[in-house]
Amino acid sequence: MTPATAPAIDEHPRVISGDHFMLGDHACAEGALAAGLDFYGGYPITPSTEIMEHLAERLPAVGGTFVQMEDEIASVAAIIGASVAGARVMTATSGPGFSLMMENIGLAAIMEVPIVIVDVQRASPSTGLPTSVGQSDLLQVRWGSHGDYSVIVYCPSSPQECFDLTIAAFNAADQYRVPSFVLMDEIVGHMTERVVVPPQEKIQRVYRKRPSVPPGSPEFLPFKADEDLVPPMAHAGEGYKVHMTGLTHDERGYPSLTAQTHEKLINRIVDKVRLNADRIVRYELINTEDAEIVVVALGCTARSARRAVARARMKGIRAGMLRPITMWPFPQTVLKELAGNGVVKRFVVPEINLGQLCREVHRHTALPVTRLNHPGGAMITPDQILEALEA
Amino acid sequence: MQEEAVDNEVTEIRISGYGGQGVVLAGQLLGKAASLYDNKSAVFTQSYGPEARGGASCADVVVSSAPVDYPLVSHPDVLVTLFQEAYMKYRPMMKPGGILILEPDLVQVKKDEVPHHRVPATKIAEGLGRKIVANVVALGYLVGITNVVGREAVEECIRATVKKQTIDLNLRAFDAGFSLAAKERVAS
Repeated sequence: MTPATAPAIDEHPRVISGDHFMLGDHACAEGALAAGLDFYGGYPITPSTEIMEHLAERLPAVGGTFVQMEDEIASVAAIIGASVAGARVMTATSGPGFSLMMENIGLAAIMEVPIVIVDVQRASPSTGLPTSVGQSDLLQVRWGSHGDYSVIVYCPSSPQECFDLTIAAFNAADQYRVPSFVLMDEIVGHMTERVVVPPQEKIQRVYRKRPSVPPGSPEFLPFKADEDLVPPMAHAGEGYKVHMTGLTHDERGYPSLTAQTHEKLINRIVDKVRLNADRIVRYELINTEDAEIVVVALGCTARSARRAVARARMKGIRAGMLRPITMWPFPQTVLKELAGNGVVKRFVVPEINLGQLCREVHRHTALPVTRLNHPGGAMITPDQILEALEA
Repeated sequence: MQEEAVDNEVTEIRISGYGGQGVVLAGQLLGKAASLYDNKSAVFTQSYGPEARGGASCADVVVSSAPVDYPLVSHPDVLVTLFQEAYMKYRPMMKPGGILILEPDLVQVKKDEVPHHRVPATKIAEGLGRKIVANVVALGYLVGITNVVGREAVEECIRATVKKQTIDLNLRAFDAGFSLAAKERVAS
């Protein structure tokens, strides 16, 4: 099934190449279309609703399928099913909906079904502040479903990155057969800025590996991984015999309820991201060459941090910034290098939660880590970060 | 001081009114003109949440010659108010020494208000045949007074953005506001 390349009606191009002044949420939706989105199943929730609204109009117009589901549990179930049938899939939500999705995220992880989930973070927990910014799902996105599994998580800090990183999330989900996430925040989702959409031929699409043997071939084992630890994926309806289950399964896909099978399977689904982390990780460094203080910030908070670092430099403070673009896998190698370079004296971690990113920073350095927290509802300002740099 | 140099690159603009006056479109046109047609960077945000449904609403634009980092308007350098409630709500946030532009037929200023610009945008728009382009009249005036983006950039943006059958009307509205500002600049 390759509806991604199905001919689009001319007035409705799948990729709207050119310069746009675009909302972050819409840029995410356009990124999904450019990445080859075939199927969207979702349930609207502020501040992610504009993604769904935009796709409700755009996706059917380019030959894709859009379904408004009854809730977020069903939304993930629907995209898992569509992905197993060969589609490129996505759903989008925010805090309360994200919590409902946790169960099926684990199902996608153990069945190794590529799915993309967008979480536009708002102030939480529970219903919290529905229309205001939060960054408090940084750990939930990694550990929210029960058990050990691996995910890939991108954190855009501009509408341009909402576009670019949504494409990256589709490619990563397919390449590693994992749930991948675009972890936005309300500020980034609701700001409008210049977005450059490249020509269609410049947009790289990575697709899941496919079986090298024909359907019915006795040597086909649907969960037998290659050297990269990722098994080729057969699609429903192609004639391959594939059994999909949330139970621990062997290479044939059949339940095998032993500690040995479990050990082999779970280690593999964790290792396929862990051992490829250096290839997956993305980050940005600003002024870190001679920096004595390094701010670690992501999403909208990185925008405040950028201003604060520039101001600190003008005051003679040797400040720099590490911006994780992938929250998971976390850019721990570069963080450790900075921490051990003999120049950096401390880290400052501003974040719109009460200490999630700083927890991860702490794990990789013995240097002092200055926390700067707000539980949500407002951005952390450049002034507040500058104050922490001056302290 | 060097530190001011960083911030001086940035102009914070708030266009405010009540729902239906078109402040969101005015803000979008301004931000889009700056970032797509004038080699500047801009971020546009709008009031969101319950306050955006009825009552005072606003469109915020941060314009800069460098990439915009902090995206929000906290203390506008330029404040446009087209409605009394918006004036009451947003006037206290204006930066001291900021530029205040208001619609005199819809806003009654407090007694000790600083010198400001009075633009009868609604009357001018009615003179053009359609009251609904008062927002673009105000935008034309804002651009004429502040020069925050080039006139041609906004005109090009209007041509690329509004419905085909309203391009001419919007261009005339923009010109009316811009010309009024130009006249006042000559007079002063």
